[in-house]
Amino acid sequence: MSVPVVALVDVWRSFEVGGAVINALAGVDLVINAGEMVAILGTSGSGKSTLLNVLGCLDRLSSGQYHLDGEDVVTLDDDALAARRNARLGFVFQSFNLLPRTSALDNVALPLFYGRHRRGSDPLAQARQALERVGLGERLHHHPNQLSGGQQQRVAIARALVTEPSLLLADEPTGNLDSHTTVEVMVLLQSLHAEGATIILVTHERDVAMYCQRAITLADGRVVRDVSVSQRSAELDLARLDAERLA
Amino acid sequence: MTMLRLVQMALGSLRRHVGRSLLTMLGVVIGVASVVVMVAIGKGAEAAVNAKIAGLGTNLVVITPGAATGAGVSGGAGSMDSLTIDDVRKLSQETVEAPLITPVIQTFSMAVAGKNNWRTSIYGVDVSYFEIRRWNAISGRVLDETDVRNSRKVCLVGATVAKVLFGGDDPVGQTLRLRGVPLEIVGLLETKGQTAEGNDQDDVTLVPYTTVRSRMAGRQFIAQILMSARSERAVPAAMREARAILREAHGLGTRAEDDFTVRDQGQIAAAAKGASEVMTTLLLAVASVSLVVGGIGIMNIMLVSVTERTREIGIRRALGARRRDVLLQFLVEAVVLSGVGGILGAGLGVAVTALVGRLTGWATVVTVDSVVVALAFSFGVGVFFGWAPARRAAALDPIEALRSS
Repeated sequence: MSVPVVALVDVWRSFEVGGAVINALAGVDLVINAGEMVAILGTSGSGKSTLLNVLGCLDRLSSGQYHLDGEDVVTLDDDALAARRNARLGFVFQSFNLLPRTSALDNVALPLFYGRHRRGSDPLAQARQALERVGLGERLHHHPNQLSGGQQQRVAIARALVTEPSLLLADEPTGNLDSHTTVEVMVLLQSLHAEGATIILVTHERDVAMYCQRAITLADGRVVRDVSVSQRSAELDLARLDAERLA
Repeated sequence: MTMLRLVQMALGSLRRHVGRSLLTMLGVVIGVASVVVMVAIGKGAEAAVNAKIAGLGTNLVVITPGAATGAGVSGGAGSMDSLTIDDVRKLSQETVEAPLITPVIQTFSMAVAGKNNWRTSIYGVDVSYFEIRRWNAISGRVLDETDVRNSRKVCLVGATVAKVLFGGDDPVGQTLRLRGVPLEIVGLLETKGQTAEGNDQDDVTLVPYTTVRSRMAGRQFIAQILMSARSERAVPAAMREARAILREAHGLGTRAEDDFTVRDQGQIAAAAKGASEVMTTLLLAVASVSLVVGGIGIMNIMLVSVTERTREIGIRRALGARRRDVLLQFLVEAVVLSGVGGILGAGLGVAVTALVGRLTGWATVVTVDSVVVALAFSFGVGVFFGWAPARRAAALDPIEALRSS
């Protein structure tokens, strides 16, 4: 069996707030294998944002182990963590987090400029390819404010996958989108998954979790449920929505 | 991330706030421009002083008679006729360091031409006088060997004398009477203007020294012996040499004081240069203050920018930017801001200098040095004042930064 993309063993993350210690993560064990599409569910305060920050190498553990692609990342320094974020992780945020007044192409190319430059590779050509893959080949030079929410999220997804990461981390990616656009974005994520991407999607919406294969529920910093889901096809839902709209 | 890419990024980010960037740059623009202008004015003044000094003569060594001291009262410089024609002869035979030499025999007389008369300085000089003092005739000719050898009754007049005695006419070919001796004017001297002390150098009549000695009555004395050293570097050696020759000629014992004075133009030049250098330094100091003020403006805006772009910093960190990438990004932005300001300022400075020169008639010299130094300084200002904001940006916690609105 191949090395899991994510392996967490007894992970704790504690904060001190006003003298009291809060355990945002209180002993999380989690293994996610390559090619999985996992939803992490939980109410606010359940620890899912902290888990996402930990998985995204943005936050450090208070205790426990974290192996990313088989590599122990707990011992890495700040620069090394930045390099892992760049090379192995792709982030998709609820509020898109594109650089304002910067073209879609430049936004998508950005992570490539922070990475180790592969000889002979052209960042802008790679960025164009990524944008074409998310269906925005016609919008390369649009600025975020000239794009709809769904389009902005597609740009963000293109930016997340342009470095061909091992893991795509999506934090409430459909939180700011209407139901139709939500399904559109899920179609895109499902197609990326079908092409082999490993995706972790944090959400508090059960409907969105239905599009994944596996749903992990957090409460009070612990995994309280970890179940397989019979994946709904976003594509079929989209067809149905379009049909309803026509009718 | 390459430097080129960083600079491109910085330019892009500054272009997104064109108005603000230009206003921020303004401080540095004015700072650099004022440095360039002030140095140009200062250097112009220096150049003018240098030109005046050069006008005194080339590598000039001046020997004047010593002060006569009698009964404890010094008669002042030139009160003793301690220099003789024999001294001049001896100097010209023995000196190695100063090939050009001339006596300046001074006497005073009314110069009379027709109905006009004018009291003027009369200098009896040798042919090398004109080369030593870099003084030419603008009309006619200067004295030649024959004039001196034959004590010919010829003279050159300065512009002031010519103007008083002959109005605006060319005096060459006219006759001038000095102490009853009629002299043919063979040349009109070019205008020298006033000395630093305000003496009119053009109020002069130059006569072969042999003519003064043999044909003119009345008190006359060797006011100066002028020598021109081989080179600027040879001036001190020429001075030592002249002193030794004269001491020997005057039979002065080892303890006796000199009865003459040997000077070069160095002291005068140093004093004049010192004054204009002080002025340049002061102007530069004032200009530098505005450059620093410009730098503070940049720091201010960069701090605002870091606060405004906290989220951007979070995004970049999430995408794999290291702290040092963020640091460099903001530092380069500050340096580009001040650097572009510096380039604009240098251009403005050159333009303003030209304008000042035209409006006031002051001599101004834009030196490459001042432009380069001002530019380097403006880049330095960018680094210095950009450092703190860049550090602040780099120190941000990515999670906090991503959460900011």
